[in-house]
Amino acid sequence: MSWLNDLRDIFGFAFMQRALIAGLLVALTSGLLGVFVVQRGLSFLGDGLAHASFGGVALGLLVGLEQPLWVALPFTLVAALGIAWVRERTRLSSDTAIGIFFAVSVALGVLFIGLRREYQVDAWHLLFGSILGIGQQDLYLIAAVTVLAFGLMIPLWGRLAYATFDAELAQTDGVKVGRLEYLLFALAAVVIVASVQVVGVILIAAYLVIPAAAARLVSPSLSVMSLLSVLFGVLSTSVGLVASFFLDVPSGSTIVLTQALVFVVAALAMKR
Amino acid sequence: MSRPPALHFHHVDVRFGEVDVLQDINFDVEPGEFVAIIGPNGAGKSTLIKVAFGLVTPRRGHAAIFGRDAGDQPERIGYVPQLKTFDRSFPATALELVVSGLRRRWPAWIRTAERERARATLAQVGAEGLAQRPLAKLSGGELQRAFLARALIRRPDIVLLDEPATGVDFLAEHDLYDLLEKYQTETGATIAMITHDLAAARYHASSVVAMNRRVHGFGLPEEVLCESCLREAFGHIGHSHEVIVL
Repeated sequence: MSWLNDLRDIFGFAFMQRALIAGLLVALTSGLLGVFVVQRGLSFLGDGLAHASFGGVALGLLVGLEQPLWVALPFTLVAALGIAWVRERTRLSSDTAIGIFFAVSVALGVLFIGLRREYQVDAWHLLFGSILGIGQQDLYLIAAVTVLAFGLMIPLWGRLAYATFDAELAQTDGVKVGRLEYLLFALAAVVIVASVQVVGVILIAAYLVIPAAAARLVSPSLSVMSLLSVLFGVLSTSVGLVASFFLDVPSGSTIVLTQALVFVVAALAMKR
Repeated sequence: MSRPPALHFHHVDVRFGEVDVLQDINFDVEPGEFVAIIGPNGAGKSTLIKVAFGLVTPRRGHAAIFGRDAGDQPERIGYVPQLKTFDRSFPATALELVVSGLRRRWPAWIRTAERERARATLAQVGAEGLAQRPLAKLSGGELQRAFLARALIRRPDIVLLDEPATGVDFLAEHDLYDLLEKYQTETGATIAMITHDLAAARYHASSVVAMNRRVHGFGLPEEVLCESCLREAFGHIGHSHEVIVL
């Protein structure tokens, strides 16, 4: 069983252990959150908030912070709540609201990076992620966000699902639909900011969308979809990470391509 | 001490932006009545239901169900929404939909007692075979039965229906009214139904509210479904409506 020995060797490295744990935690939170993102037709939200975090991190780098995520977090939260507010208060569609914040955040990010006038390696890592460079502090942050996300979403799952099914029906049964939507958007912002280091701004949206979309194809109910979404995310992360080690290519791309493979298999397995 | 009305609207005004959606809505529905609320598109009928549920706050006046806010007694109210509002791609079975009416949350899993009660309620509306069927694969009539079972599972004292016949064929529509009358006979519940269907209002309701942003008529079907009252509410009446008012 040489492949077992290979796996043991791969995960004997501390950086690979941290990468695996970080990737699995991101898969868990994104898998659970992604079900609501996909089912509410908000797949573009992941991209929008990831690009908002880009603007925030760029601002953090500009002001010389060692950990720019502390600027990215409030920056992305403001964008998330802004999108929710525009959705609630105007007749604009979700993609329009997200598109506005997306464009403004990227423009600000490029502006901040341009103003810095230094070597742009941090921005490169930001765009494409560096899961193998995850440090112990980063891991603690991702673990804390995972606990927060599960601590909020598990008790609220029944209400979130009800509001996702039919907001008006849920309201007639006392579900505070408006507050839940703001909470969902805020949670998406926090999860995305904490996860950006793993696969980067460009690919983080895939974590939110592809496992949940694959699960949607083969699930008879939202609870099964939630379980499968998490399972597909975890599976794709593990396989993608190992593949990136053997192929010596960036792990963000192999993880997302594995998710896409799972999606194709689910599409082929789907009962019509 | 007399019982409070099942539905109470006291001089309710609602304005959205510059548009007066409801003007001085003022009527009571007594417990045990079957009231049909009729009016043209944009008459404010669905807004009226939202006011009753407390989802829309009137700029003047107030509404109550059995003398209290709807939010204080959700277990006494069954609601059947318009079918067109819900997402048919949502992955769910009819059984989950019915249990959501009991739990007032979407069920992640279903307990044995809930399953039995939901199956019994589906059987009550003639839909026992639908339990495990995905909502996406139900016909309009089957969906309507599933939503009715969802409303009835909590044995409500009042059932509010928003255009229940939309997207439902003639036979399914007929069955729906029979089921509502049967439930009302068994329990003494109040039924309040928004409808475009003047024939249904004529033959099934015990009272009718004709409205177009304001109430143009309220009383027995034969009093309200007269040509002058309908002309006032609808602006005109079509040929099919003339048959009803004869």
